[in-house]
Amino acid sequence: MQISSRQLDKTTIFDVSGDIDLANSPAIRKALLKEVRDNRTPRVVMNLSKVRYIDSSGVASLVEGLKASRDVGSRFILFGLSTSAREVLQLSRLLKIFEVYDNEEQALAG
Amino acid sequence: MKILHPVRRSKGKERNGDESRVLLLRLEMHSDPSLLCAVRGAVERLTESFGFTAPDCRAVTRAVDEALTNIIRHAYGGRPDQPIEMFFRSVHRHANTKSSDGLEIELCDRGPSIERAQLCIRELEEVKPGGLGLHFIQQSMDVVEFKRAKGTNRLRLVKYVRAAQQDVNE
Repeated sequence: MQISSRQLDKTTIFDVSGDIDLANSPAIRKALLKEVRDNRTPRVVMNLSKVRYIDSSGVASLVEGLKASRDVGSRFILFGLSTSAREVLQLSRLLKIFEVYDNEEQALAG
Repeated sequence: MKILHPVRRSKGKERNGDESRVLLLRLEMHSDPSLLCAVRGAVERLTESFGFTAPDCRAVTRAVDEALTNIIRHAYGGRPDQPIEMFFRSVHRHANTKSSDGLEIELCDRGPSIERAQLCIRELEEVKPGGLGLHFIQQSMDVVEFKRAKGTNRLRLVKYVRAAQQDVNE
């Protein structure tokens, strides 16, 4: 799994590639919480278009990011969900609580 | 991780009531999270060759991955050097003049006994991190059974191949 970030005005976009599982979800969680809590970025966007698989620990990291963003009044956005990623969010009934878009253009316009 | 028995369908047929079982693959690994991706790759290929639909391939792979994650986190407390064994068997079941083929996966660890309370699934209405793994396993598989014998935790998962006119009820 690889994660990098880009800045666009008051937005941070995390580009994630590879699988998110127990081996690397702590890194996702750490990066997200740092951006939301410490940097207080108004809008944090997760580009998951190159993520093939997310396990329950990865979902938990996304939920933590969402809850932290709600706590500080910022936005937390996902886009580019694979079929597998969408399935796990549907299975956990969490898909509707996230702000989800198909692509980056829509995510930034939303 | 080492593959002890690559796919083998010939000998070793067992009988368990009206269900026959044949060992296809046995994997042995350490409880190292960095190996999970390798196991997912193996399970994906196995389920594809077994004839599952794409959603069912993903479901079985997800269930095995989540079960291993639970073993690593809860049975072994995150220690990366503990033994985990996996047995993949084809199962053929006869019931009420109907028959069905399935994939049985048995995951074995030597961690402490898991309390039943630890196996509870949290309410999905709660928006909080954690507690989803067992839910994913149960949603993904037709049979989920846990037992402990001789110091070993054994999780048995079965997924039946869903043919167009096949009625699969456990």
